[in-house]
Amino acid sequence: MAAGTETLKRTPLRERHVAAGAKLVPFAGWEMPVQYGGIREEHIAVRNDVGVFDVSHMGEIETSGPQAEQLLQRLLSNDVSKIAERGAQYSVLCDERGGVLDDLFTYRLGPDRFLTVTNASNHESDLAWFERHSANVDATVTDRIADFAMLAVQGPRARALVQDLTDGELPKRFTTVERTVAGVPDVLVCGTGYTGEDGVELLVRPEQAPAVWDAVTAAGATPAGLGARDTLRIEACFHLYGNDLTQDRNPIEAGLGWCCKEDTGFIGAEAVRKARANGTKEKLVPFAISGQGIARQGNPVIGGGVVTSGTHSPVLGYGIGMAYLPAERTEPGTAFEIDVRGKTRSAEVRTKPLIPEER
Amino acid sequence: MAEASYPSDLKYYEEHDWARIDGDVATFGITWYAQDQLGEVVYFDLPEVGKTVRKGDPYAEVESVKAVSDVIAPLSGEIIEVNEALSSGPEAINDDPYESGWMVRVRMSDPSEVDSLMDAAAYEESLS
Repeated sequence: MAAGTETLKRTPLRERHVAAGAKLVPFAGWEMPVQYGGIREEHIAVRNDVGVFDVSHMGEIETSGPQAEQLLQRLLSNDVSKIAERGAQYSVLCDERGGVLDDLFTYRLGPDRFLTVTNASNHESDLAWFERHSANVDATVTDRIADFAMLAVQGPRARALVQDLTDGELPKRFTTVERTVAGVPDVLVCGTGYTGEDGVELLVRPEQAPAVWDAVTAAGATPAGLGARDTLRIEACFHLYGNDLTQDRNPIEAGLGWCCKEDTGFIGAEAVRKARANGTKEKLVPFAISGQGIARQGNPVIGGGVVTSGTHSPVLGYGIGMAYLPAERTEPGTAFEIDVRGKTRSAEVRTKPLIPEER
Repeated sequence: MAEASYPSDLKYYEEHDWARIDGDVATFGITWYAQDQLGEVVYFDLPEVGKTVRKGDPYAEVESVKAVSDVIAPLSGEIIEVNEALSSGPEAINDDPYESGWMVRVRMSDPSEVDSLMDAAAYEESLS
């Protein structure tokens, strides 16, 4: 067992997780529930009904002030001016070489006020990066991680469940509103998620998170852990920073060119422009194993390339994942082989998402 | 099976394997604790009949949704039978780890190794 678990950060829902029989594991400096009853049943609950995740390890950075948009336009790869008030937008944070530092959702809370959600493992470095570039800009960067717990309610029944607990209409996809949820005022309700299902994410003050959790679970949401979160996002082909995205990869090879608007002049835009124009040696593709076996992160692709995410798909019943392959071998349907711990496994390039959108 | 159990007629190895001894043949599997730690098993890579296994060395792989793990041999010998049913129904390892979830039968090369294994009480003690 990992030593020093007492130094791990705890979410305000830890007691709820223990009571629900969760296995708690260290993750990015936090003690987080990896599973309750079992990854597969939690996964299926989210696909077919509704599940709730404690994702309070995610960080938040607020950027505000007259030049807040200008600062974010410089930092984030997407066109921040296109975020309507109460809108949300996905982007990556790049270094000067176009290497990916993080992938993020940014919400516009007011004309000059933005909230950016960071990955737990990158929060401190993202914050330092934001602060470093805000020196000569009339914008204030504030660490808001201590102000929010975060619950993701996901699945085909998620909206209906949360709607019944909420005093007003829920936000549409990729927008956000403040609502009273389960009697808790000023919950930031966001029409976003990381599962490939419809649903909402709730940003709530930490001391009020247990009340929201209790109401959502009492209404029938299945508690789901990081294990199911990972299998769900792989089926949906969402990137995980540290697996599919690293500082050694640019957003073009990662398949994230769609969220890069080089004309905005973001840091790394020139490198990204070059990568887009010249193409990249490798590209990230979804794949499925043909036959038996499950490829995992780090398994080499025979002839070049590497698996960056891999699991068993609870919906499909076979191994799936994402891998960087030589660009000339990335057409859907292309067969390739993976060295899985010394055994050669056959795989095929697929399209995203890996699971059918209508099931 | 939902509740922990460690049958008293089995021998246990520190890598969370059990062995059922019948003359010079031993049946291997993994313990309730091991399957609980793994979570739902989705794939068992069958070893080959005729393969030699050595106490303390991996002889098979078991995959759960979240990870792959080696299965360690509690005794040395030659594999004389594998549980083919696990190929299509690996969930037996979770549901019934001591009976239908058995993995291989081995003809022991050194039956005296059995003396080094734990009984159920000692194994349970080691888990606490």
